[in-house]
Amino acid sequence: MEYLNILFSETYKILFLLLPVLVSVAMIVWLDRRIWAFVQKRKGPNVVGPFGLLQSLADALKYIFKEIIIPASSNKIIFILAPIVTMTLALVAWAVIPFSEDFVLADINVGILYIFAISSLGVYGIIMGGWASNSKYPFLGSIRSAAQMVSYEVSIGVIIINVLLCVGSLNLGDIVLAQENIWFVVPLFPMFVIFFISALAETNRPPFDLPEAEAELVSGYQTEYSGMMYAMFWLGEYANILLMCALGSILFLGGWLSPLDIFPFTMVPDPLWLVIKILFLFILFALVKAIVPRYRYDQLMRLGWKVFLPISLIWVVLTSGYLLYFDLLPKS
Amino acid sequence: MPAHAFFFYIFSLIAIVSAIMVTASKNTVHSVFFLILDFISISCLFILIGAEFLGMIMLIVYVGAVAVLFLFVVMMLNVAQQKNQWFGAATGSKHIPVGMVVSLIIFFELLIVIGGWKLKPDLSNDFINLSTTNITNTHSIGNVLYTDYIHLFQLSGMILLVAMIGAIVLTFRQRSGLKRQSYIRQISREKNDGVELVDVKNKEGVKIDV
Repeated sequence: MEYLNILFSETYKILFLLLPVLVSVAMIVWLDRRIWAFVQKRKGPNVVGPFGLLQSLADALKYIFKEIIIPASSNKIIFILAPIVTMTLALVAWAVIPFSEDFVLADINVGILYIFAISSLGVYGIIMGGWASNSKYPFLGSIRSAAQMVSYEVSIGVIIINVLLCVGSLNLGDIVLAQENIWFVVPLFPMFVIFFISALAETNRPPFDLPEAEAELVSGYQTEYSGMMYAMFWLGEYANILLMCALGSILFLGGWLSPLDIFPFTMVPDPLWLVIKILFLFILFALVKAIVPRYRYDQLMRLGWKVFLPISLIWVVLTSGYLLYFDLLPKS
Repeated sequence: MPAHAFFFYIFSLIAIVSAIMVTASKNTVHSVFFLILDFISISCLFILIGAEFLGMIMLIVYVGAVAVLFLFVVMMLNVAQQKNQWFGAATGSKHIPVGMVVSLIIFFELLIVIGGWKLKPDLSNDFINLSTTNITNTHSIGNVLYTDYIHLFQLSGMILLVAMIGAIVLTFRQRSGLKRQSYIRQISREKNDGVELVDVKNKEGVKIDV
């Protein structure tokens, strides 16, 4: 009976977290398209609902009623599993994101490692989809994306080490609380920039959307997918983007903390600050998509291994040297 | 049955079944996926005994990096549909004696481990007292690794570096007659040195230097 109670209360909490995440993913798709349109002097989706807000809902309805086509020569089990893996992993990682000091689903010791592990598993959805489709373009796209995600994960890991040196804990709540005096974006600004660009590459966003490159690979690993399975890939992708924005705001922008501890700012509840920061980062993501042309594949690899990795490694040495010299290393 | 034991049995069952399926499945790509499932359930077991740092590192290193490379190699080598039937028609297979030797060695190693455990049941308490102290296991692993065993740690890093350089040297080949791209030259190209206007004389043509 006790287990059952725990089970019910946890399920309730999980639903309370997941439904807003899914709704905001739908909204964020709309926002992305709107911003993209505004940069190109178009109107974007503005017909369904006020300002076109319900466009994503209409799209979802359309996807649900479309037929799911499974290619005859595909590997059926893995083909069906791939979008499920992508979406599950994208949603599972939200469990450790702290929205305020005590509003967090799972307050685990190794929160940042958990998110890092989950985002490194994200590559499987794409590889599985690309391989199981049993077709040339999806396979090429999935191989590209695997190489891309593995390489950019390395630099994200090194950047996270930079932040952890200043915090002394792997818990996401502790990371936010360590920024009470100054947000890490100020002392670690170059790392913030590199993190932002690596997050673009990690989530396969333009200008690094080589896995799906419509022009050359006809949407890469998604080519053979249709209907709801395609929509699940999409949802997973955007949930991942939101997650990366949340991670960026927790690591560098002070998470739920308000920028100044004075009257009008303290009125805003803590979770709202995190949402505002996530939105800010997402608008930057969308602007980059609209403005920057796509990278060539060899340039992408060069950027990851020969530019970002050395810079972030040197920055680790600099940070730890500085902390050691001024005796600022966090005591455990 | 406490929930802890329930989850332990679930995860260990998944681990054992998927370990068997790694060798038993006919499709090589499927066996790599079973290997990944095995890694994941073993990291779940790590988390169950309270070693969350090891569990996460297991996920990041093995599942996030090593298994991706496995999958890469298996998919690229096109060995997916190899008919390797271990059960059934494997009469007179050459692999059986080697497999027997390896499994015998593993069996004796397991015996030794279990024997040591029977001989001195509280051996682990002598140097691990995680539950009594208040520090997280990330801190305690760091303490042990970077103080007591720093030389071994550095040595293993050196070995890995040598292995990496060796692999690069073995696969690296300098191909001649290859056009390489220089980013600086590409970026610093100007309109003046990119395009040249030439007067073409009738019936003579132009000679173009490449």
